[in-house]
Amino acid sequence: MANIWIHAETTEGVVSTITLELLAKARELGDVTAFHAGSDAEQAAVELGAHGASRILTTGDLDNGLPGPALASAVAAKASEESPQAILFGTTYGGRDVAGRLSVKMDAPVITNIVDLLDDDGLTGVEPVFGGTTNVMTRFTGETAGIFLIRPKSFTAEEAGGSPATVETLSIPDLGTTGSAKITNRFVEESDGPKLDEAAIVVSGGRGLGEADNFQMIENLAGKLGGAPGASRAIVDAGWVPYSYQVGQTGKVVKPDVYIAAGISGATQHMVGMKGSKTIIAINKDPEAPIFSIADLGIVGDVHKVLPALLAAIGD
Amino acid sequence: MKVAVCVKQIPDPADPGAIDPETKTLKRDVKLILDESDSYGVEMALQLVGEDGEVVLVSMVPNNERNGLNNALAMGADSAILVSDDALSGSDALSTAKVLAAAIQKTEPDLVLAATESSDGYTGTVPEQIAELLGLPSVTFAKEVTVVGESVAVKRQTEDGYDEVDCPLPALVSVTAGVVEPRYPSFKGIMAAKSKPVEQFSLGDLGIETTTVGWAGSRQEIVSIEPAPAREAGEIVEDEGDGHEKIVTFLQEMKVI
Repeated sequence: MANIWIHAETTEGVVSTITLELLAKARELGDVTAFHAGSDAEQAAVELGAHGASRILTTGDLDNGLPGPALASAVAAKASEESPQAILFGTTYGGRDVAGRLSVKMDAPVITNIVDLLDDDGLTGVEPVFGGTTNVMTRFTGETAGIFLIRPKSFTAEEAGGSPATVETLSIPDLGTTGSAKITNRFVEESDGPKLDEAAIVVSGGRGLGEADNFQMIENLAGKLGGAPGASRAIVDAGWVPYSYQVGQTGKVVKPDVYIAAGISGATQHMVGMKGSKTIIAINKDPEAPIFSIADLGIVGDVHKVLPALLAAIGD
Repeated sequence: MKVAVCVKQIPDPADPGAIDPETKTLKRDVKLILDESDSYGVEMALQLVGEDGEVVLVSMVPNNERNGLNNALAMGADSAILVSDDALSGSDALSTAKVLAAAIQKTEPDLVLAATESSDGYTGTVPEQIAELLGLPSVTFAKEVTVVGESVAVKRQTEDGYDEVDCPLPALVSVTAGVVEPRYPSFKGIMAAKSKPVEQFSLGDLGIETTTVGWAGSRQEIVSIEPAPAREAGEIVEDEGDGHEKIVTFLQEMKVI
Protein backbone atom coordinates (compact mmCIF):
# COMPACT_ATOMS: atom_id res chain seq x y z
CA MET A 1 0.00 0.00 0.00
CA ALA A 2 1.26 3.46 -0.89
CA ASN A 3 2.42 5.76 1.88
CA ILE A 4 0.89 9.19 1.49
CA TRP A 5 1.99 12.06 3.75
CA ILE A 6 -0.05 15.17 4.22
CA HIS A 7 0.54 18.53 5.91
CA ALA A 8 -1.95 18.92 8.78
CA GLU A 9 -2.79 22.44 9.97
CA THR A 10 -4.57 22.95 13.28
CA THR A 11 -5.64 25.78 15.56
CA GLU A 12 -5.88 24.88 19.25
CA GLY A 13 -6.60 21.26 18.42
CA VAL A 14 -9.17 21.98 15.70
CA VAL A 15 -8.14 20.66 12.27
CA SER A 16 -8.42 23.14 9.38
CA THR A 17 -10.96 22.45 6.62
CA ILE A 18 -8.33 22.15 3.91
CA THR A 19 -6.52 19.46 5.92
CA LEU A 20 -9.74 17.45 6.11
CA GLU A 21 -10.17 17.91 2.34
CA LEU A 22 -6.67 16.54 1.73
CA LEU A 23 -7.41 13.57 3.98
CA ALA A 24 -10.55 12.71 2.00
CA LYS A 25 -8.40 12.22 -1.10
CA ALA A 26 -5.26 10.86 0.55
CA ARG A 27 -7.02 7.94 2.26
CA GLU A 28 -8.23 6.75 -1.18
CA LEU A 29 -4.61 6.60 -2.33
CA GLY A 30 -2.97 4.72 0.53
CA ASP A 31 -2.01 4.71 4.19
CA VAL A 32 -1.98 8.30 5.46
CA THR A 33 0.53 9.98 7.77
CA ALA A 34 -0.14 13.58 8.80
CA PHE A 35 2.78 15.87 9.71
CA HIS A 36 2.20 18.83 11.93
CA ALA A 37 3.82 21.73 13.76
CA GLY A 38 2.59 22.87 17.17
CA SER A 39 1.68 21.66 20.63
CA ASP A 40 -1.87 20.43 19.90
CA ALA A 41 -1.29 17.11 18.07
CA GLU A 42 -2.85 15.04 20.90
CA GLN A 43 -6.01 17.16 20.78
CA ALA A 44 -6.24 16.83 17.00
CA ALA A 45 -5.61 13.06 16.95
CA VAL A 46 -9.28 12.03 17.18
CA GLU A 47 -10.44 14.27 14.33
CA LEU A 48 -7.45 13.44 12.12
CA GLY A 49 -8.00 9.73 12.78
CA ALA A 50 -11.73 9.97 12.02
CA HIS A 51 -10.85 11.48 8.64
CA GLY A 52 -8.37 8.79 7.75
CA ALA A 53 -4.91 9.57 9.17
CA SER A 54 -3.33 6.60 10.95
CA ARG A 55 -0.40 8.57 12.38
CA ILE A 56 0.61 12.13 13.25
CA LEU A 57 4.24 13.21 13.12
CA THR A 58 4.59 16.42 15.11
CA THR A 59 7.34 18.88 15.96
CA GLY A 60 5.66 19.81 19.23
CA ASP A 61 5.81 23.38 20.49
CA LEU A 62 8.03 25.69 18.39
CA ASP A 63 8.28 28.57 20.86
CA ASN A 64 6.60 31.06 18.48
CA GLY A 65 8.95 30.24 15.61
CA LEU A 66 7.43 30.19 12.13
CA PRO A 67 6.83 26.49 11.36
CA GLY A 68 8.45 26.30 7.88
CA PRO A 69 12.11 25.61 8.67
CA ALA A 70 11.55 23.28 11.65
CA LEU A 71 8.77 21.17 10.15
CA ALA A 72 10.49 20.89 6.76
CA SER A 73 13.81 19.79 8.30
CA ALA A 74 12.15 17.25 10.59
CA VAL A 75 9.92 15.82 7.84
CA ALA A 76 12.80 15.62 5.35
CA ALA A 77 14.83 13.57 7.83
CA LYS A 78 11.90 11.22 8.50
CA ALA A 79 11.03 10.92 4.81
CA SER A 80 14.57 9.80 4.00
CA GLU A 81 13.99 6.81 6.34
CA GLU A 82 10.46 5.94 5.23
CA SER A 83 10.29 7.06 1.57
CA PRO A 84 6.64 8.15 1.19
CA GLN A 85 5.31 7.96 -2.38
CA ALA A 86 3.75 11.43 -2.33
CA ILE A 87 3.55 14.45 -0.05
CA LEU A 88 0.45 16.64 -0.18
CA PHE A 89 0.00 20.22 1.01
CA GLY A 90 -2.93 22.60 0.96
CA THR A 91 -2.25 25.91 -0.78
CA THR A 92 -2.19 28.02 2.38
CA TYR A 93 0.27 30.57 3.75
CA GLY A 94 1.81 27.99 6.04
CA GLY A 95 1.58 25.14 3.54
CA ARG A 96 3.58 26.96 0.91
CA ASP A 97 6.29 27.87 3.43
CA VAL A 98 6.80 24.29 4.54
CA ALA A 99 6.53 22.89 0.99
CA GLY A 100 9.17 25.29 -0.35
CA ARG A 101 11.68 24.47 2.38
CA LEU A 102 10.94 20.74 2.17
CA SER A 103 11.46 20.65 -1.60
CA VAL A 104 14.98 22.02 -1.10
CA LYS A 105 15.76 19.68 1.82
CA MET A 106 14.64 16.64 -0.21
CA ASP A 107 15.69 18.08 -3.57
CA ALA A 108 12.15 17.19 -4.66
CA PRO A 109 10.17 19.05 -7.32
CA VAL A 110 6.75 20.57 -6.58
CA ILE A 111 3.60 20.60 -8.68
CA THR A 112 1.30 23.45 -7.66
CA ASN A 113 -2.28 24.70 -8.05
CA ILE A 114 -3.67 21.17 -8.24
CA VAL A 115 -7.45 20.65 -8.13
CA ASP A 116 -7.52 16.87 -8.57
CA LEU A 117 -5.19 13.88 -8.28
CA LEU A 118 -5.48 10.91 -10.61
CA ASP A 119 -3.98 7.58 -9.59
CA ASP A 120 -3.03 6.38 -13.04
CA ASP A 121 0.42 4.89 -13.61
CA GLY A 122 1.85 7.23 -10.97
CA LEU A 123 0.04 10.10 -9.26
CA THR A 124 -0.96 12.79 -11.74
CA GLY A 125 -1.96 16.31 -10.73
CA VAL A 126 -4.65 18.26 -12.59
CA GLU A 127 -3.92 21.99 -12.87
CA PRO A 128 -6.41 24.41 -14.46
CA VAL A 129 -4.90 27.16 -16.64
CA PHE A 130 -6.29 30.01 -18.78
CA GLY A 131 -9.10 30.81 -16.36
CA GLY A 132 -10.01 27.18 -15.90
CA THR A 133 -10.76 26.56 -19.58
CA THR A 134 -7.88 24.09 -19.94
CA ASN A 135 -6.57 21.35 -17.65
CA VAL A 136 -2.90 20.38 -17.61
CA MET A 137 -2.07 16.90 -16.24
CA THR A 138 1.42 16.60 -14.78
CA ARG A 139 3.26 13.78 -13.04
CA PHE A 140 6.70 13.30 -11.53
CA THR A 141 9.38 11.32 -13.33
CA GLY A 142 12.18 11.36 -10.73
CA GLU A 143 13.23 8.95 -8.00
CA THR A 144 12.21 11.02 -4.97
CA ALA A 145 8.67 11.61 -3.74
CA GLY A 146 7.01 14.53 -5.42
CA ILE A 147 5.30 17.35 -3.55
CA PHE A 148 1.79 18.39 -4.61
CA LEU A 149 0.24 21.70 -3.53
CA ILE A 150 -3.52 21.40 -3.68
CA ARG A 151 -6.01 24.25 -3.89
CA PRO A 152 -8.75 24.63 -1.28
CA LYS A 153 -12.16 23.08 -2.03
CA SER A 154 -10.73 20.55 -4.47
CA PHE A 155 -12.10 17.64 -2.42
CA THR A 156 -15.03 17.27 -0.03
CA ALA A 157 -14.14 16.71 3.62
CA GLU A 158 -15.91 13.71 5.11
CA GLU A 159 -15.39 11.48 8.14
CA ALA A 160 -14.39 7.91 7.42
CA GLY A 161 -14.78 6.56 10.94
CA GLY A 162 -11.15 5.74 11.72
CA SER A 163 -9.75 5.40 15.24
CA PRO A 164 -7.60 8.18 16.73
CA ALA A 165 -4.25 8.67 14.99
CA THR A 166 -1.13 7.68 16.90
CA VAL A 167 1.13 10.61 17.80
CA GLU A 168 4.87 10.48 17.21
CA THR A 169 7.20 13.39 18.00
CA LEU A 170 9.77 14.26 15.36
CA SER A 171 13.30 15.23 16.22
CA ILE A 172 14.22 18.61 14.76
CA PRO A 173 17.68 18.87 13.21
CA ASP A 174 19.81 21.95 13.94
CA LEU A 175 18.26 24.80 11.93
CA GLY A 176 21.15 27.26 12.03
CA THR A 177 19.81 30.78 11.54
CA THR A 178 16.92 29.65 9.29
CA GLY A 179 14.67 29.16 12.29
CA SER A 180 15.26 32.56 13.85
CA ALA A 181 12.08 34.37 12.71
CA LYS A 182 9.73 34.64 15.71
CA ILE A 183 6.09 35.58 15.99
CA THR A 184 5.77 38.36 18.59
CA ASN A 185 2.02 39.03 18.30
CA ARG A 186 -1.02 37.53 16.62
CA PHE A 187 -4.00 39.53 15.41
CA VAL A 188 -7.35 38.08 14.39
CA GLU A 189 -9.35 40.39 12.15
CA GLU A 190 -12.99 39.92 13.15
CA SER A 191 -15.71 40.46 10.59
CA ASP A 192 -19.45 40.57 11.20
CA GLY A 193 -20.70 38.26 8.46
CA PRO A 194 -19.66 34.78 7.34
CA LYS A 195 -16.09 34.07 6.22
CA LEU A 196 -15.42 34.72 2.54
CA ASP A 197 -14.44 31.14 1.74
CA GLU A 198 -17.35 29.63 3.69
CA ALA A 199 -20.20 32.01 2.77
CA ALA A 200 -23.23 30.73 0.80
CA ILE A 201 -23.48 34.12 -0.93
CA VAL A 202 -20.50 36.15 -2.12
CA VAL A 203 -20.75 39.65 -3.58
CA SER A 204 -17.53 40.84 -5.25
CA GLY A 205 -16.55 44.19 -6.72
CA GLY A 206 -13.92 45.13 -9.27
CA ARG A 207 -12.38 48.03 -11.13
CA GLY A 208 -15.74 48.85 -12.76
CA LEU A 209 -16.86 50.34 -9.44
CA GLY A 210 -14.77 53.36 -10.41
CA GLU A 211 -13.53 54.42 -7.00
CA ALA A 212 -12.83 52.98 -3.55
CA ASP A 213 -15.85 54.62 -1.88
CA ASN A 214 -18.20 52.70 -4.13
CA PHE A 215 -17.10 49.44 -2.53
CA GLN A 216 -19.55 50.34 0.23
CA MET A 217 -22.32 49.20 -2.15
CA ILE A 218 -20.69 45.76 -2.26
CA GLU A 219 -20.48 45.64 1.56
CA ASN A 220 -24.12 46.71 1.83
CA LEU A 221 -25.41 44.16 -0.65
CA ALA A 222 -23.39 41.37 0.98
CA GLY A 223 -24.78 42.44 4.36
CA LYS A 224 -28.39 42.45 3.16
CA LEU A 225 -28.04 39.00 1.59
CA GLY A 226 -26.24 37.51 4.61
CA GLY A 227 -23.16 36.95 2.47
CA ALA A 228 -19.51 37.97 2.41
CA PRO A 229 -17.92 40.76 0.35
CA GLY A 230 -15.06 39.90 -2.01
CA ALA A 231 -12.86 41.71 -4.50
CA SER A 232 -10.87 41.28 -7.68
CA ARG A 233 -7.09 41.50 -7.56
CA ALA A 234 -7.18 44.82 -9.45
CA ILE A 235 -8.83 46.70 -6.58
CA VAL A 236 -6.83 44.91 -3.91
CA ASP A 237 -3.64 45.97 -5.70
CA ALA A 238 -5.06 49.48 -5.93
CA GLY A 239 -5.42 49.49 -2.14
CA TRP A 240 -9.23 49.87 -2.02
CA VAL A 241 -9.73 46.80 0.17
CA PRO A 242 -7.41 44.48 2.17
CA TYR A 243 -5.72 41.44 0.64
CA SER A 244 -8.00 39.18 2.69
CA TYR A 245 -10.92 40.20 0.40
CA GLN A 246 -9.27 38.89 -2.74
CA VAL A 247 -11.02 36.14 -4.71
CA GLY A 248 -8.94 34.40 -7.33
CA GLN A 249 -5.90 32.36 -8.06
CA THR A 250 -3.83 34.55 -5.75
CA GLY A 251 -6.52 34.95 -3.13
CA LYS A 252 -9.37 32.83 -1.81
CA VAL A 253 -11.14 30.10 -3.73
CA VAL A 254 -14.90 30.37 -3.20
CA LYS A 255 -17.74 28.04 -4.17
CA PRO A 256 -20.89 29.74 -2.87
CA ASP A 257 -24.48 29.01 -3.95
CA VAL A 258 -24.65 32.47 -5.50
CA TYR A 259 -21.70 34.59 -6.65
CA ILE A 260 -22.41 38.17 -7.71
CA ALA A 261 -19.61 39.85 -9.70
CA ALA A 262 -20.10 43.61 -10.01
CA GLY A 263 -17.78 45.59 -12.27
CA ILE A 264 -15.46 42.59 -12.70
CA SER A 265 -14.43 41.76 -16.26
CA GLY A 266 -13.32 38.23 -15.46
CA ALA A 267 -9.55 38.07 -15.74
CA THR A 268 -8.13 34.54 -15.73
CA GLN A 269 -6.75 35.05 -12.27
CA HIS A 270 -10.22 35.91 -10.89
CA MET A 271 -12.23 33.24 -12.72
CA VAL A 272 -10.12 30.42 -11.31
CA GLY A 273 -11.16 31.47 -7.81
CA MET A 274 -14.94 31.57 -8.36
CA LYS A 275 -15.73 29.38 -11.35
CA GLY A 276 -16.89 26.56 -9.10
CA SER A 277 -19.77 28.67 -7.70
CA LYS A 278 -23.17 27.00 -8.03
CA THR A 279 -24.65 30.05 -9.77
CA ILE A 280 -23.05 33.26 -11.02
CA ILE A 281 -24.63 36.68 -11.59
CA ALA A 282 -22.50 39.27 -13.42
CA ILE A 283 -23.03 42.98 -13.87
CA ASN A 284 -20.67 44.71 -16.31
CA LYS A 285 -21.02 47.45 -18.87
CA ASP A 286 -18.84 45.69 -21.44
CA PRO A 287 -20.90 43.02 -23.26
CA GLU A 288 -17.63 41.36 -24.33
CA ALA A 289 -16.41 40.89 -20.73
CA PRO A 290 -15.22 37.28 -20.25
CA ILE A 291 -17.23 36.98 -17.02
CA PHE A 292 -20.43 36.74 -19.11
CA SER A 293 -19.23 33.48 -20.65
CA ILE A 294 -19.70 31.72 -17.30
CA ALA A 295 -22.62 33.74 -15.84
CA ASP A 296 -26.04 32.19 -15.32
CA LEU A 297 -27.49 35.70 -15.34
CA GLY A 298 -25.57 38.53 -16.98
CA ILE A 299 -26.70 42.15 -16.83
CA VAL A 300 -24.96 44.35 -19.39
CA GLY A 301 -25.23 47.66 -17.62
CA ASP A 302 -23.68 50.27 -15.37
CA VAL A 303 -23.00 49.04 -11.81
CA HIS A 304 -23.57 52.59 -10.58
CA LYS A 305 -27.20 52.30 -11.68
CA VAL A 306 -27.91 48.59 -11.18
CA LEU A 307 -26.46 48.24 -7.67
CA PRO A 308 -28.33 51.18 -6.06
CA ALA A 309 -31.57 49.99 -7.68
CA LEU A 310 -30.93 46.45 -6.46
CA LEU A 311 -30.18 47.64 -2.91
CA ALA A 312 -33.40 49.67 -2.89
CA ALA A 313 -35.46 46.80 -4.30
CA ILE A 314 -34.23 44.32 -1.68
CA GLY A 315 -35.01 46.73 1.16
CA ASP A 316 -33.97 45.89 4.69
CA MET B 1 21.98 48.59 3.50
CA LYS B 2 21.83 46.47 0.37
CA VAL B 3 18.56 44.91 -0.81
CA ALA B 4 18.32 42.34 -3.60
CA VAL B 5 14.93 42.15 -5.32
CA CYS B 6 13.92 39.11 -7.36
CA VAL B 7 12.07 40.24 -10.47
CA LYS B 8 10.50 38.20 -13.24
CA GLN B 9 9.95 39.21 -16.82
CA ILE B 10 6.74 37.65 -18.11
CA PRO B 11 4.43 37.78 -21.15
CA ASP B 12 1.79 40.51 -20.70
CA PRO B 13 -0.95 38.87 -18.54
CA ALA B 14 -3.55 40.82 -20.55
CA ASP B 15 -2.46 38.79 -23.56
CA PRO B 16 -1.06 35.54 -22.17
CA GLY B 17 -0.97 33.81 -25.55
CA ALA B 18 -1.30 30.08 -25.79
CA ILE B 19 0.31 26.79 -24.93
CA ASP B 20 2.82 25.58 -27.48
CA PRO B 21 1.66 22.07 -28.43
CA GLU B 22 5.28 21.00 -29.07
CA THR B 23 6.86 22.03 -25.78
CA LYS B 24 3.63 22.06 -23.71
CA THR B 25 4.55 25.35 -22.08
CA LEU B 26 3.42 28.92 -22.50
CA LYS B 27 4.66 30.41 -25.75
CA ARG B 28 7.21 33.06 -24.87
CA ASP B 29 8.01 34.48 -28.27
CA VAL B 30 6.26 37.70 -27.24
CA LYS B 31 7.88 40.75 -25.68
CA LEU B 32 8.33 40.27 -21.95
CA ILE B 33 7.40 42.90 -19.36
CA LEU B 34 8.11 43.37 -15.67
CA ASP B 35 5.68 41.26 -13.63
CA GLU B 36 3.47 43.82 -11.89
CA SER B 37 3.69 41.75 -8.69
CA ASP B 38 7.40 42.52 -8.59
CA SER B 39 6.93 46.28 -8.81
CA TYR B 40 5.85 46.21 -5.14
CA GLY B 41 9.12 44.59 -4.05
CA VAL B 42 11.12 47.10 -6.08
CA GLU B 43 9.21 50.01 -4.54
CA MET B 44 9.56 48.61 -1.03
CA ALA B 45 13.31 48.12 -1.52
CA LEU B 46 13.70 51.72 -2.71
CA GLN B 47 11.81 52.97 0.34
CA LEU B 48 13.75 50.76 2.79
CA VAL B 49 17.25 51.68 1.60
CA GLY B 50 16.58 55.42 1.33
CA GLU B 51 19.39 57.66 0.07
CA ASP B 52 22.42 55.68 1.21
CA GLY B 53 21.47 52.13 0.40
CA GLU B 54 21.64 50.03 -2.72
CA VAL B 55 18.98 48.08 -4.61
CA VAL B 56 20.14 45.23 -6.85
CA LEU B 57 17.70 43.41 -9.15
CA VAL B 58 18.10 39.68 -9.73
CA SER B 59 16.39 37.99 -12.67
CA MET B 60 16.64 35.04 -15.05
CA VAL B 61 15.46 34.45 -18.61
CA PRO B 62 16.29 32.04 -21.44
CA ASN B 63 16.67 34.76 -24.08
CA ASN B 64 18.67 37.84 -22.97
CA GLU B 65 15.45 39.85 -22.50
CA ARG B 66 15.99 43.10 -20.53
CA ASN B 67 12.81 45.07 -21.14
CA GLY B 68 11.29 44.37 -17.71
CA LEU B 69 14.61 44.92 -15.95
CA ASN B 70 14.95 48.30 -17.62
CA ASN B 71 11.57 49.25 -16.25
CA ALA B 72 12.64 48.40 -12.68
CA LEU B 73 15.97 50.20 -13.16
CA ALA B 74 14.02 53.25 -14.36
CA MET B 75 12.02 53.13 -11.11
CA GLY B 76 15.33 53.67 -9.31
CA ALA B 77 17.09 50.35 -8.70
CA ASP B 78 20.89 50.79 -8.88
CA SER B 79 21.97 47.73 -10.84
CA ALA B 80 20.89 44.29 -11.99
CA ILE B 81 22.16 40.74 -12.22
CA LEU B 82 20.68 38.82 -15.14
CA VAL B 83 21.14 35.10 -15.62
CA SER B 84 20.40 34.26 -19.23
CA ASP B 85 20.86 30.83 -20.76
CA ASP B 86 18.99 28.82 -23.39
CA ALA B 87 19.01 25.87 -20.99
CA LEU B 88 16.73 27.72 -18.55
CA SER B 89 13.72 27.15 -20.78
CA GLY B 90 11.12 24.99 -18.99
CA SER B 91 12.61 25.51 -15.52
CA ASP B 92 10.32 24.58 -12.62
CA ALA B 93 10.12 26.41 -9.29
CA LEU B 94 13.00 24.56 -7.62
CA SER B 95 15.35 25.04 -10.58
CA THR B 96 14.40 28.72 -10.70
CA ALA B 97 15.19 29.06 -7.01
CA LYS B 98 18.59 27.36 -7.47
CA VAL B 99 19.58 29.79 -10.21
CA LEU B 100 18.33 32.91 -8.40
CA ALA B 101 20.00 31.81 -5.15
CA ALA B 102 23.33 31.44 -6.96
CA ALA B 103 22.90 34.88 -8.51
CA ILE B 104 21.99 36.45 -5.15
CA GLN B 105 25.17 34.99 -3.62
CA LYS B 106 27.15 37.14 -6.06
CA THR B 107 25.89 40.28 -4.38
CA GLU B 108 25.63 39.37 -0.64
CA PRO B 109 22.61 41.50 0.30
CA ASP B 110 21.33 42.27 3.82
CA LEU B 111 17.79 41.59 2.69
CA VAL B 112 16.24 39.68 -0.22
CA LEU B 113 12.78 40.74 -1.35
CA ALA B 114 10.48 38.80 -3.67
CA ALA B 115 6.81 38.83 -4.63
CA THR B 116 4.68 36.10 -3.08
CA GLU B 117 4.18 34.55 -6.51
CA SER B 118 4.54 35.41 -10.18
CA SER B 119 1.57 36.38 -12.33
CA ASP B 120 2.25 33.69 -14.93
CA GLY B 121 3.33 30.59 -13.00
CA TYR B 122 1.66 31.15 -9.61
CA THR B 123 3.64 28.46 -7.81
CA GLY B 124 4.34 30.68 -4.81
CA THR B 125 7.16 28.48 -3.52
CA VAL B 126 10.24 30.16 -5.04
CA PRO B 127 10.89 32.73 -2.25
CA GLU B 128 10.92 30.07 0.48
CA GLN B 129 13.07 27.78 -1.68
CA ILE B 130 15.61 30.58 -2.19
CA ALA B 131 15.71 31.20 1.57
CA GLU B 132 16.38 27.53 2.29
CA LEU B 133 19.07 27.32 -0.41
CA LEU B 134 20.81 30.38 1.05
CA GLY B 135 20.34 29.24 4.66
CA LEU B 136 18.36 32.39 5.48
CA PRO B 137 15.43 32.92 7.83
CA SER B 138 12.35 34.19 6.02
CA VAL B 139 8.99 35.83 6.44
CA THR B 140 6.51 35.31 3.60
CA PHE B 141 3.29 37.15 2.71
CA ALA B 142 4.42 40.42 4.27
CA LYS B 143 1.97 43.30 4.20
CA GLU B 144 4.25 45.71 6.06
CA VAL B 145 8.05 45.68 6.51
CA THR B 146 10.18 47.87 8.78
CA VAL B 147 13.92 47.62 9.33
CA VAL B 148 14.75 47.88 13.04
CA GLY B 149 18.50 47.82 13.67
CA GLU B 150 19.83 44.43 12.59
CA SER B 151 16.42 42.87 12.00
CA VAL B 152 13.13 43.33 10.18
CA ALA B 153 9.71 43.65 11.79
CA VAL B 154 7.07 42.23 9.47
CA LYS B 155 3.30 42.06 9.51
CA ARG B 156 2.61 38.69 7.94
CA GLN B 157 -0.74 37.83 6.39
CA THR B 158 -2.47 34.80 7.96
CA GLU B 159 -5.75 33.01 7.24
CA ASP B 160 -7.52 34.92 10.04
CA GLY B 161 -5.65 38.22 10.22
CA TYR B 162 -1.95 38.85 10.59
CA ASP B 163 1.06 38.01 12.77
CA GLU B 164 3.81 40.38 13.80
CA VAL B 165 7.13 38.66 13.17
CA ASP B 166 10.67 39.68 14.11
CA CYS B 167 13.45 38.30 11.95
CA PRO B 168 17.20 38.97 12.16
CA LEU B 169 19.06 40.06 9.00
CA PRO B 170 20.23 38.82 6.59
CA ALA B 171 16.82 37.43 5.67
CA LEU B 172 14.33 36.95 2.86
CA VAL B 173 10.89 38.58 2.86
CA SER B 174 8.13 38.02 0.29
CA VAL B 175 5.66 40.88 -0.11
CA THR B 176 2.00 40.77 -1.11
CA ALA B 177 0.72 43.03 -3.89
CA GLY B 178 -0.66 46.37 -2.79
CA VAL B 179 1.70 46.85 0.21
CA VAL B 180 3.15 50.03 -1.27
CA GLU B 181 2.30 52.25 -4.21
CA PRO B 182 4.87 51.53 -6.94
CA ARG B 183 6.20 54.74 -8.50
CA TYR B 184 6.02 55.38 -12.22
CA PRO B 185 9.45 55.79 -13.80
CA SER B 186 10.20 59.46 -14.50
CA PHE B 187 11.72 60.55 -17.80
CA LYS B 188 14.96 61.15 -15.93
CA GLY B 189 14.74 57.66 -14.48
CA ILE B 190 14.19 56.11 -17.89
CA MET B 191 17.23 57.93 -19.30
CA ALA B 192 19.38 57.04 -16.28
CA ALA B 193 18.40 53.35 -16.54
CA LYS B 194 20.23 53.07 -19.84
CA SER B 195 23.61 53.59 -18.22
CA LYS B 196 23.05 51.48 -15.09
CA PRO B 197 25.16 48.31 -14.80
CA VAL B 198 23.52 45.01 -15.77
CA GLU B 199 25.85 42.12 -15.04
CA GLN B 200 24.95 39.10 -17.18
CA PHE B 201 25.85 35.49 -16.33
CA SER B 202 25.36 32.17 -18.04
CA LEU B 203 24.71 28.98 -16.04
CA GLY B 204 28.34 28.03 -16.55
CA ASP B 205 29.44 31.32 -14.95
CA LEU B 206 27.43 30.37 -11.85
CA GLY B 207 28.75 26.80 -11.78
CA ILE B 208 25.31 25.29 -12.43
CA GLU B 209 25.05 22.16 -14.61
CA THR B 210 22.57 22.67 -17.44
CA THR B 211 21.07 19.23 -16.74
CA THR B 212 19.87 20.31 -13.27
CA VAL B 213 17.61 23.09 -14.58
CA GLY B 214 15.17 23.63 -17.45
CA TRP B 215 13.35 20.66 -18.94
CA ALA B 216 15.94 18.17 -17.79
CA GLY B 217 15.93 19.37 -14.20
CA SER B 218 12.19 19.61 -13.64
CA ARG B 219 11.71 15.85 -13.17
CA GLN B 220 8.09 16.11 -14.16
CA GLU B 221 6.24 15.59 -17.41
CA ILE B 222 3.04 16.97 -18.79
CA VAL B 223 0.98 13.89 -19.59
CA SER B 224 -1.81 15.67 -21.38
CA ILE B 225 -3.56 19.00 -21.90
CA GLU B 226 -7.34 18.85 -22.15
CA PRO B 227 -10.17 21.34 -22.35
CA ALA B 228 -11.89 21.63 -18.97
CA PRO B 229 -15.61 20.84 -18.80
CA ALA B 230 -17.16 24.10 -19.99
CA ARG B 231 -19.57 26.10 -17.91
CA GLU B 232 -22.40 27.28 -20.11
CA ALA B 233 -23.39 30.91 -20.27
CA GLY B 234 -26.96 31.59 -19.20
CA GLU B 235 -29.19 34.53 -19.92
CA ILE B 236 -27.35 37.74 -20.84
CA VAL B 237 -29.55 40.84 -20.99
CA GLU B 238 -29.02 44.55 -21.62
CA ASP B 239 -30.01 46.72 -18.65
CA GLU B 240 -32.90 48.93 -19.65
CA GLY B 241 -33.63 50.14 -16.15
CA ASP B 242 -34.93 46.69 -15.18
CA GLY B 243 -31.64 44.83 -14.67
CA HIS B 244 -32.00 44.87 -10.90
CA GLU B 245 -35.47 43.28 -11.15
CA LYS B 246 -34.04 40.34 -13.07
CA ILE B 247 -31.48 39.88 -10.30
CA VAL B 248 -34.20 40.04 -7.63
CA THR B 249 -36.22 37.37 -9.46
CA PHE B 250 -33.11 35.19 -9.78
CA LEU B 251 -32.32 35.56 -6.05
CA GLN B 252 -35.93 34.73 -5.18
CA GLU B 253 -35.76 31.58 -7.29
CA MET B 254 -32.56 30.66 -5.46
CA LYS B 255 -34.46 31.33 -2.18
CA VAL B 256 -31.79 33.83 -1.14
CA ILE B 257 -34.45 36.48 -0.54
